[in-house]
Amino acid sequence: MKPRTIVEKIWDTHVVAEKPGAPTLLYIDLHLVHEVTSPQAFSMLRERGLKVRRPDLTIATMDHSTPTTSRELPVLDPVGKAQLEQMSNNCKEFGIPLYDLKSSKQGIVHVMGPEQGLTQPGMTIVCGDSHTATHGAFGALAFGIGTSQVGHVFATQCLLQTPSKSYAIRVDGALKPGVTAKDIILAVIAKIGIGGGTGCVFEYLGSTIRSLSMEERMTICNMSIEGGARAGLVAPDDTTYQYIHGREFAPKGADWDAAVARWRQLPSDHDAEYAHALTLDASELEPMVTFGTNPGMGIPISASIPDPASVSDPIEKSDLVKALKYMDLQPGKPLKGHPINVVFVGSCTNSRISDLRAAASVIKGRKVNPKVRMLVVPGSMQVKKQAEAEGLDKIFREAGADFREAGCSMCLAMNGDQLEPGEYSVSTSNRNFEGRQGKGGRTFLASPLTAAASAITGVVTDVRTLL
Amino acid sequence: MKLDKIESKIAVLPIDNVDTDQIIPARYLKSISKEGLGEGLFRDWRFNEDGTPKPDFVLNKPEAKGVQILVAGDNFGCGSSREHAPWALVQSGIRAVISTSFADIFKGNALKNQLLPVVVPADAHKELLNSPWAAVKIDLPAQTLTLPSGRVVNFPIDSFAKQCLVEGIDELGYMLQQEPAIAAFEAKRTGPVNTLQS
Repeated sequence: MKPRTIVEKIWDTHVVAEKPGAPTLLYIDLHLVHEVTSPQAFSMLRERGLKVRRPDLTIATMDHSTPTTSRELPVLDPVGKAQLEQMSNNCKEFGIPLYDLKSSKQGIVHVMGPEQGLTQPGMTIVCGDSHTATHGAFGALAFGIGTSQVGHVFATQCLLQTPSKSYAIRVDGALKPGVTAKDIILAVIAKIGIGGGTGCVFEYLGSTIRSLSMEERMTICNMSIEGGARAGLVAPDDTTYQYIHGREFAPKGADWDAAVARWRQLPSDHDAEYAHALTLDASELEPMVTFGTNPGMGIPISASIPDPASVSDPIEKSDLVKALKYMDLQPGKPLKGHPINVVFVGSCTNSRISDLRAAASVIKGRKVNPKVRMLVVPGSMQVKKQAEAEGLDKIFREAGADFREAGCSMCLAMNGDQLEPGEYSVSTSNRNFEGRQGKGGRTFLASPLTAAASAITGVVTDVRTLL
Repeated sequence: MKLDKIESKIAVLPIDNVDTDQIIPARYLKSISKEGLGEGLFRDWRFNEDGTPKPDFVLNKPEAKGVQILVAGDNFGCGSSREHAPWALVQSGIRAVISTSFADIFKGNALKNQLLPVVVPADAHKELLNSPWAAVKIDLPAQTLTLPSGRVVNFPIDSFAKQCLVEGIDELGYMLQQEPAIAAFEAKRTGPVNTLQS
């Protein structure tokens, strides 16, 4: 048999039908749903008199339009409130389990799924959200879909798909202190550009990836889409199985043993072929930070802001000029030391307990700079509970940071948590597009360590000076 | 709805990596319907803080009236999976976007909304970028684009997506017809299913 990649193995076990002239009908094991990209899909079901075919393989949570203020308070934004209420009604009508604002399991869909043990190796997982690739950290084929396709999965538990090209991203070498999984993925995207993985699925390989925890792997897979790839995954190993074991939806008893035996077959065959490949030496990496208006515009913390004069392609040059104008930054100058107004620790990229621990380790015993507003937004209510159990909430609050309820929050500024026009933030989220964190707001993407260090000093900071 | 030929002037937006947050900012995503999203299209590029139009933005120019084809830089539609992006474009009268490449999710969403993503080679793209408001012709059945110079170039499109667009085939209807195959697949499945029943 031809050697196969993990993606090909997962694909082969999910083919429902193949007809000439049509894409493959691919079975979906888990459909995650949130309030923003689903209402029009539910409306479509109603208009056509259809049901959700497998509500037992579907699960919903509230995250995007969700306030991060106390859950005892009413939702103030009437439009956001209506969307959340619609979500409750839709889930009730179609029999879908929902972790709503009162649930102890509520959280960002890509934090909640793994934490509940819903995300398992070898699965096909979809969600109306481009960061669905997060679940690829478990060796699942997980990708974002549009609302039409949300409707297709509701009605048929399937999608029409054509295979993507394979793209091996190999990372070897030991990370230096202060350099994290976030810096790896920002370095990858800076290297290949935000369209570099279009049409591809990334597979992250190499000794560095193997040494990462599940939460670190999630950070990397999460930002696959920022490199243009719809999905990105890491083959499962003992780290994966240890993480899943004992979680609510994980297989139990004999089912667990059978599942692990099955999962062990998933890793790519050693002689599998990839359409594209990239290698990265982790030991050469520094903390990364973005200076521009897309996630590919990233530099090592010690580097200078690129000069458009050194770019030959006319559109690329004008895009860089446009980005620097929006960010109000000077080419050739360092980004390190640039004043900031806000620090945001959160989002499906970096809001898990290890991210909060990392930020707290820098914050502990220090004060947030009086010129900086720092928001710490746990990815889920379970992360929040764990952080409180460890006293992290106190560390953040005593330093002057705001420790909030779970949700997407200032990553995309749909819920009232946002930058003011002209403000600069260091954010642990995934996108620095114009206005992403609030109209006119300016985002520097970085790791939780870099974000926390910058909160203390009030300027973009090399965390290694505070370790 | 069927889509076969489009003849229109082109509006040129010579920017690479136009992301879906620019096509429609997240604050327009709180709607529970598809209606009224056109007003959010390129909102922060089109309008000033006080709601007045920015005269320099391409779609605000007098020539843009009735334009059905947008020409943009590489990697159009990167970023989020929001189908609101093609909805907003279609509601604003755009029926095709021409670029050298499209982000995967955007391309899929566009095709499901009668919005045609047309991928052209670099030289044809260059001609288009240098020909604002010139008329071009798209022939979907023939998969050809007639450039302002009269030169005809072919463009690729997934054959099934093309068939759906040209013949007005309902993709979900096609999938629902395969219910027996889906049921048979589930019946013989021993893999990681029934996760929520544990």
